[in-house]
Amino acid sequence: MDLFLQQLVNGLVLGATYGLIALGYTMVYGIVQLINFAHGEIFMLGGFGSLTTYLTLPSGTPTAVALPMMLVGGILVSVTMAVLMERFAYRPLRGAPRLAPLITALGVSIALQEIVRNFYPNAKSARNFPQLVDPDKRFTIVGDVSISAPNLLTVVVAVVGMIVLSTYVRRSRTGRAMQATAQDPDTARLMGINTDRIIVTAFVLGAALAAVAGLMHGLRFGQVDFRMGFLIGIKAFTAAVLGGIGNISGAVLGGFTLGLVEVMATQYAPEPFAGGAWKDAWAFVVLIIVLVFRPTGLLGERVSARA
Amino acid sequence: MHSPRLIRVISTLGITALALTACGDSREDTGSDGADGASKSYTIGVIAPLTGDLSAIGLGIKNGVDLAVKQANEKKTVKGVTLKLDAQDDTAKADVGATVAAKLVADQSVVGVVGPLNSSVAKSVAPVLSQANLTEISPANSNVDLTGRGALATGGTQTRPYKSYFRVVATDDIQGPFAAQFAVKTLGKKTIAIVHDKKAYGQGLAEAFAKQAAADGAKVLKTETINPGDKDFSATVTKLKAQSPDFVFYGGEYPEASLLTKQLKAAGLKIPLMGGDGVQADDYIKIGGAAAEGDYATALGAPTESLDSAKTFVSDYAAQKYAEPIGPYGAYAYDAANVIINALAKAIEDGKTSGQELRDAVTAAVGAVDFDGATGKISFDKFGDTNSKVLTAYTVKGGKFEAAKTDTFK
Repeated sequence: MDLFLQQLVNGLVLGATYGLIALGYTMVYGIVQLINFAHGEIFMLGGFGSLTTYLTLPSGTPTAVALPMMLVGGILVSVTMAVLMERFAYRPLRGAPRLAPLITALGVSIALQEIVRNFYPNAKSARNFPQLVDPDKRFTIVGDVSISAPNLLTVVVAVVGMIVLSTYVRRSRTGRAMQATAQDPDTARLMGINTDRIIVTAFVLGAALAAVAGLMHGLRFGQVDFRMGFLIGIKAFTAAVLGGIGNISGAVLGGFTLGLVEVMATQYAPEPFAGGAWKDAWAFVVLIIVLVFRPTGLLGERVSARA
Repeated sequence: MHSPRLIRVISTLGITALALTACGDSREDTGSDGADGASKSYTIGVIAPLTGDLSAIGLGIKNGVDLAVKQANEKKTVKGVTLKLDAQDDTAKADVGATVAAKLVADQSVVGVVGPLNSSVAKSVAPVLSQANLTEISPANSNVDLTGRGALATGGTQTRPYKSYFRVVATDDIQGPFAAQFAVKTLGKKTIAIVHDKKAYGQGLAEAFAKQAAADGAKVLKTETINPGDKDFSATVTKLKAQSPDFVFYGGEYPEASLLTKQLKAAGLKIPLMGGDGVQADDYIKIGGAAAEGDYATALGAPTESLDSAKTFVSDYAAQKYAEPIGPYGAYAYDAANVIINALAKAIEDGKTSGQELRDAVTAAVGAVDFDGATGKISFDKFGDTNSKVLTAYTVKGGKFEAAKTDTFK
């Protein structure tokens, strides 16, 4: 039983990261129907942004001061890049066939990776990230089941981030404008909503959450590297699709589902498909099954035909 | 099957005869051809990961070859010839390796290639180079199949798959058992967990380790696998912890190994991790930090610093002020390059100066080499494997790899 609960905890931590990043995919898709494949790189830049902030802080800065500063630094870098990306890569292609922005997104993704690889000092291989939250410190939940400090922080921060975001989208004026734009951009514009601004807001919110995930990634693994966004970006995109792309709660649910499936597959999958190397295969099997029975994802609504 | 080979033999003989006469001619009137001969330049190719996670090791290989080429040019080892280096980045990927190998084959000035680092890359590089009979000497590959040794384990006979492929290091079927003997007999470990990354190198090494460890009387747990590139191994760690092993052997490379050892220890499973030569890199300790302390890794050959023969190499390397350290294979790459350079000198002495006949002659000369290198005596068996079976087990002590045991595997 302890073993199962421990794996459950592992899955929740993994799922929290996927969920945080999946939110960025889902929000942008919900509003402009663009799969922003460069979102994984926004996550990566968040990690590098917080690393840079840490390196510029005077040594000996207490963790309680350094962490929030790093968070702000990471968010700043990610958000700036997301805004630039939207303005110069995607906005000129609004109204172009769907394939054009999709290919552009892939291009932006590769470009950002290469920029970091070539121009960030010593980033050709993984860079060490300060371990401000001691990974050896563990909190016991029940019996032998425990969670390490950075993992606990990741889950807490992710859940807080998700709650803040969904409240903002549901309650605030801008949030409701976002919903309106998602439903029908033309009518929203006729009602006086500045849809360009709303689209930028979606990119900004997604980037901020990705930056949070980037910082947490650094704290958990003690390293950041220029490719870290690629694999996790694909996983998060999968989570968004699994939960129903365009749906905010769906992204969170999809993230946790994916994390749990991966972890449980590692522990319990039967031979010869057992072990960590098969966990992604199991994750995609689950995705396919879900899509067969619910083509719009777990929480996805039926897309009404557009006028 | 027979007649094309006959034709090839006859044509080779014919071309050789022609070349010999041609050479004889040019020797007679050195006056006019002398200047031409002096400007003749040949290229030594390098295929290694120059960027990415494994670049720390790959750049050490490139620098080792670079040093050999520079010294050969200074000492004029090959008379009247300038040597050049063409280093290609395989990014540790098999498909990229095949592409850059084709590029080197197409360049007629390339007389030999040092590399690659990864066995998985070698599996796509060796067929390309071998087809052109272009000599390839790997300073680091240890996968058994590259020289057909895999058949030996199942009682078959060894046949050489790639006629121009050589390597200066021992193989996984030696490295794995060497590590297992060290873990079980020297360290006295009893319950051993095995994890690998399913790559040619990692899986081969882990399987050879598991077999020997079981034969030596240790309890070997069911093998776990992970994906290269993954960072979160918490599920695997939890699964291992439930079986309370006292030792973990990891078949793979340091980017995953360093995170695995960290997560093992953070989860309270404070047992040493041991890996092969793919783990024996400074970055393993840099990323693993305190968690890497007390871990083990084997490497092929004896530690470069401890060898009398390598002292000159180490000081020459330092004098060049390369940005990267020698790494585990820099010295082997240096030796591999020197083997090619000596073979080239011999081929040119024999009058083979260009084209396919030169490549054929270099490969033949490399096969017959008996050479005192920085890492010891270098000679190859008829399958392209080195005759030296020296390995070393290292342990991490005070943030550094320290040799724990150097031995010849029996």
